Amino acid sequence: MFFLSRALRSALTLWAIVSVVFVATRLTGDPTYYLMPAEMPEQQRVELREKLGLNDDIATQYLRYGKALVRADFGRSFFSNRPVADLFFERVPNTLLLTIPAFLLSVAMGLCGGIWAALRHNSLFDRALTTATVVMQALPNFAVGIAAILIFSLSLRLLPSGGMGTWKHMVLPVITLALASSANIAHLVRSSMLEVLAQDYMRYARSKGLSPAVVVLKHGLRNAILPVLTILGLQFGGLVAGAVVTETVFAWPGVGRLVIDAVMKRDFAVLQFGILMFSTAIILANLVVDLAYGLLDPRVRGK
Amino acid sequence: MNQRELLRVENLRTYFYSQGRTVKAVEDVSFSVEQRSTVCLVGESGSGKSATAFSILNLIPKSLGRIVAGKVLFQGEDLLQISPKRHRALLGSDIAMIFQEPATALNPVYTVGEQIAEVLRAHRRCDARQARRQAKALLDRVGIPDAERRLDDYPHQLSGGMRQRAMIATAIACRPKLLIADEPTTALDATVQAQILCLLHDLQQETGMALMFITHDLSVVAEIADRVLVMYAGRVVEEGAVGQIFDAPRMPYTRGLLEARPSVHAGVSSRRLAAVSGNPPDLANLPDGCSFRPRCGYAGNGCDQSMPALETINEHSVRCFHWRQIGAFAPVPEAAL
Repeated sequence: MFFLSRALRSALTLWAIVSVVFVATRLTGDPTYYLMPAEMPEQQRVELREKLGLNDDIATQYLRYGKALVRADFGRSFFSNRPVADLFFERVPNTLLLTIPAFLLSVAMGLCGGIWAALRHNSLFDRALTTATVVMQALPNFAVGIAAILIFSLSLRLLPSGGMGTWKHMVLPVITLALASSANIAHLVRSSMLEVLAQDYMRYARSKGLSPAVVVLKHGLRNAILPVLTILGLQFGGLVAGAVVTETVFAWPGVGRLVIDAVMKRDFAVLQFGILMFSTAIILANLVVDLAYGLLDPRVRGK
Repeated sequence: MNQRELLRVENLRTYFYSQGRTVKAVEDVSFSVEQRSTVCLVGESGSGKSATAFSILNLIPKSLGRIVAGKVLFQGEDLLQISPKRHRALLGSDIAMIFQEPATALNPVYTVGEQIAEVLRAHRRCDARQARRQAKALLDRVGIPDAERRLDDYPHQLSGGMRQRAMIATAIACRPKLLIADEPTTALDATVQAQILCLLHDLQQETGMALMFITHDLSVVAEIADRVLVMYAGRVVEEGAVGQIFDAPRMPYTRGLLEARPSVHAGVSSRRLAAVSGNPPDLANLPDGCSFRPRCGYAGNGCDQSMPALETINEHSVRCFHWRQIGAFAPVPEAAL
């Protein structure tokens, strides 16, 4: 029952997103200006539009697109004429190469920073971290990325400024991507941990003669992590969105760049598919979070 | 030193700090607990009973306050001075504590079995299977039916009484020499209260542990205590054997507490319960002289000048300038008979 209503709501969400994107892309202009030089005769332009199905009114196009979707036909790129799913999925590994390390890094930094700050409440470290998290959450990804390039690539010449190749190419984009979300997580872990540390069961655990590590990590963290889980799902969405920007800044050939290029060139099918996939990923991430909740909190499981 | 002495608390002072004020929660408290005996700590809320208990375990949160002075000698070792490692080895093993609210003291995300087993794993050399088997035996011992299945239950799946039993099972897991019980029955129904008291009594007979029992319920004290400590505003104001306290209370405050007990004796239904009038003092701003003076019906000469010292006669201590006169004039409270 839970899954059924959940699946239904997810499908509705996806449908709404697809529709909005479909209409919005068509409002942005005519892709044929990118497909052929501006000085080409109008006659040829009309023929090309006819061929691409862009002359029909928007409702007809929408219906045609919907029918194709049901057959899992997502269309082809106007430019390379390749199926968009192929274009997209061949680049997924590149993006995962950034997002997975960034996600792990941000969780690790967020947990360590947050726990330490809570244990040393009101210490210098705690104050510094709190300030830093606010700053990092406020800084946009592209600014951090460009600053990182200026410092580490141009001035210090330690790391490449863009492209893909060695592990060195990964360092800056991964850190850029992880920074904001680690700040988010640290902030939340800290406040959640502070609350947990004041709980009766923490003092009770100490009265049993357990080591501080067991008290904090086993008894504390397991409880403190629960409110953080919700944010982790959202963070994942943030990483996807962040990847779009970060891949552009660092010239990283992932799906983010693919989608940005599709926006620039009005490659409708590619753009629509990209956003459909991003949305699906975020919905799945949140589903995983809900399942993890049931796993970690026995009080939720019973209901 | 007394051969049978298990715990001796000397001049313990614990202060809490909040909003620039110093709250003297425990002020110069001394007492001792003999092996196998039951000592009851009695007093109103905020009299420093729980703070004393947590100070003995050295578990006052640093963010709230500090033990500023005193010694807590457990079998000759000062619990406030020993290394953290040695301290951990004693806690949960030789000294165990049960809390007032099992609902909040048990960790909501671990099974009851796990919370018992972890004490065994921490203090006794045993693997997970042995720990689980022992945990089951302990649940059986504290009277939890269907123990095998209950091991895998989470605290929220148990009733209040069952949770308290589970906490008792955890406390006795390593056969402690001293069990500190901080109002263990306050959060429970009356019938369950009686069962828990019975259980604690039986366990004490069985294991020979000493019991330090914190309560504000004098009817409980009458049933279980060997010695009674009455606390008021962070200080011990009267201490004695249970018979001395109930039959010949010396301190006006103790008299007040005894008179405030409901009783089923004749003619009581028409009588209003005598409450100790007024409120406990602000621990950050104590009155001059005796802390109880503002509420004391016997206050007189000198009571506002200085804090009376604890005076001990026949192993019965009292902190009052006028206890001799009061004892001579006033009859023993009816409710205590």
